Amino acid sequence: MIETENLSKAFNDFWAVSGINLRVEAGQVLALLGPNGAGKTTTVRLLTTILRPTYGRAWVAGYDVLNQPEKVRSSVGVLTEGHGLYPRMSADEYLDFFARAYRLSAHERKQRIDELLAFFGLAEARRKQVGQFSKGMRQKLALARALLHKPPVLLLDEPTSAMDPASARLVRDAILELRSNERTIIVCTHNLSEAEEIADQIAIINHGKIILQGSPQQLKVALQEKARFRVRFASALNGHRLSLVKGAELLQQGENWLLYQTAQPESVNPSLIQALTQQGLPILTIEEQVCSLEEVYLHAIEGELKDGR
Amino acid sequence: MAVERLQNFFAGALLVTVREVREQFRDWRIIFPIVVLTLFFPVLMNYTANRLVNFVQQYDAPIIGERLIPFLLMVVGFFPMSISLVIALESFVGEKERLTIEPLLCTPLSDTQLYFGKLLASLTPPLLASYLGTFVYLIGVTYKVGWRAEPLFIVQIFVLATMQALVMVSGSVVISSQTTSVRAANLLASFIIIPMALLLQAISALMFWGRYSALWWVALGLLIIAGLLIRSGLAQFRREELLEREMDTLNLHWIGRTFWRFFKGEARSLRGWWRSEVLRSGRKALLPSGLTVLVLLLGGYVGASQAKVFVLPSEYIQEYWNSGEVISRLGQLQLLPSYSVGLVWFQNLRAIFLASLGGFFSFGVFGMLVLLLPFALIGYFMASLVQVGISPWVFLGAFILPHAILEVPAILIAGGAILRMGASFATPARGQTVGEAWLRALADWARVMIGLVMPLLLGAALVEMLITPRLAFWLMSR
Repeated sequence: MIETENLSKAFNDFWAVSGINLRVEAGQVLALLGPNGAGKTTTVRLLTTILRPTYGRAWVAGYDVLNQPEKVRSSVGVLTEGHGLYPRMSADEYLDFFARAYRLSAHERKQRIDELLAFFGLAEARRKQVGQFSKGMRQKLALARALLHKPPVLLLDEPTSAMDPASARLVRDAILELRSNERTIIVCTHNLSEAEEIADQIAIINHGKIILQGSPQQLKVALQEKARFRVRFASALNGHRLSLVKGAELLQQGENWLLYQTAQPESVNPSLIQALTQQGLPILTIEEQVCSLEEVYLHAIEGELKDGR
Repeated sequence: MAVERLQNFFAGALLVTVREVREQFRDWRIIFPIVVLTLFFPVLMNYTANRLVNFVQQYDAPIIGERLIPFLLMVVGFFPMSISLVIALESFVGEKERLTIEPLLCTPLSDTQLYFGKLLASLTPPLLASYLGTFVYLIGVTYKVGWRAEPLFIVQIFVLATMQALVMVSGSVVISSQTTSVRAANLLASFIIIPMALLLQAISALMFWGRYSALWWVALGLLIIAGLLIRSGLAQFRREELLEREMDTLNLHWIGRTFWRFFKGEARSLRGWWRSEVLRSGRKALLPSGLTVLVLLLGGYVGASQAKVFVLPSEYIQEYWNSGEVISRLGQLQLLPSYSVGLVWFQNLRAIFLASLGGFFSFGVFGMLVLLLPFALIGYFMASLVQVGISPWVFLGAFILPHAILEVPAILIAGGAILRMGASFATPARGQTVGEAWLRALADWARVMIGLVMPLLLGAALVEMLITPRLAFWLMSR
């Protein structure tokens, strides 16, 4: 589990992270979204104890980041922004070095390294120098390093960046599998569809502050105060002057469609369908228009910009 | 339990060391100079030694050759260590620039394990190269020139090389862990290169002079400095700060503001400042002042012991002392230079500031050396007087004691403040950045200097110019 309480970090006079409150339970994935420089990496570094909070507290896997940093580091698997690979080492040597650093026994080291190299399709390249790896292979090796010691908490910064679609799918599936194994995972990403697919919770961070937080569905609903519906007709409207019922607000109208929104779809929708049918407009389909995560994200970030923060 | 902890500690540190050394040996940019300096360079030195020995023998000056061969041995051992500087300087900051440090910092390895691991990794290859080069040179010089080194001298050269490497590496690792770029680290390396170059010249002088036993003292001094540098590096190394520093910016406004905050303390008036802040800093300097007493007494003893080595002509002293010249010159106030009080004060202040400057860069060590010099001279003169049968107490009572009543406490307090400032660089400053800790130490030093040492030295200068000569005149003319 990860919990933070007013977690803040200042570099001289600049607050990179300010008053962050998070709670991610075991078996949950939190996606941290935000523009470059928003404070995502600083948050991850605070949770891995390689930065010290200026203010506030945090607990990772039940350990206090201020008072039990070594235990926190033993419980966390980290995929850093840069891969952090040593180019003159082979994949085998690289993983063995970190497995020793995480104090795995000789038997565990061999087993885990074999398992992970096989899982990420790197078994054949295990004796090759890392400097000769492609970007995707490096990313996979860095991920393997993060998973070596079977940590209960995973902090992954851009886990699928530079990966081909098949490899990205492999990583996403791995994350979902880890989630089902009761691991706590934080993923920093710019890939909104990925966040939507794997995250139980999304936190949008900007200027070091969390500006929006909740499940993907909650965020969409939070943004959309009124439900939107698109009605498609069997024939063209031909300049027909539409009259909607009370409570329905026309947003847009096309050749054979219209878009409206309402705060009470349960009562408004049946009367509107009835009214449109009475006006001689044959309804072909009616579907709810849910806003995308991208719209939520942009709305949140732009709202921040408008507020001048 | 303790053994297990120690084993775990070394297992972690050596893990870092082995990885780094292995990677260094895969880098031809490191391998190539090591091979050249361990194999080619000693052979070149053998050739040089051979030619020079033959050359000087033509002019019946074999001593030059005799002194040159051991000197070249020292040079051969030292040269491969220049690589240690390069490796150590980029140990932390290089990894930071290559973005490989973060995963390492995220492991459960402790700060001390990381630090020692890096230190050993920077030390091992160049030191092995140094030993190998020395062996190659020794073999060559034995067979080609026929020179055989004393076993103890070989041990001495190996110890000296190890200590030099230790100082250079420990200093470089401190720089590497505190800078934000390899470029900045390289620039700061001059703080290591220049003192090491001066040290090499001093060692060369000792070797050409034939004072080989003094090299043990040099090795001991280097060991102490290396110990202090390692202590300082460990105290100031915190993984949390390694990624915090992104730019080497010199914020003069912040420096000035922070220094003034520490210097002023909580005082609201000059009187309050002196009574609370100055005296508090003075009290903190009490213990190191006690250490200064021991150092100054040691200086006096060393000076006195040198009176037997560098003997002043007794006839001259007795003639001068008994001829009345001293008294007549005292009468004209010419025994002491005819300075004004201000000049004497300035002279003493200059010495104290020089000691402080030396102490600032050497954890207080060079500061102590500057302060003990006058005491060594006093010891020397007193012992010289004893040797010719003149009571040293008259000299002490007439020429030193009157103004020493104020000057010695000033020196002791200043010595304490210098030692404290030096020590603060080698002690952890939890809850403060390294910059804040340094500014606090500097502010403490400044309080003591301005509030205590400067007034005491002014009083001493007044006594020295107005009372000491008259008292000396009175005592000597009795």
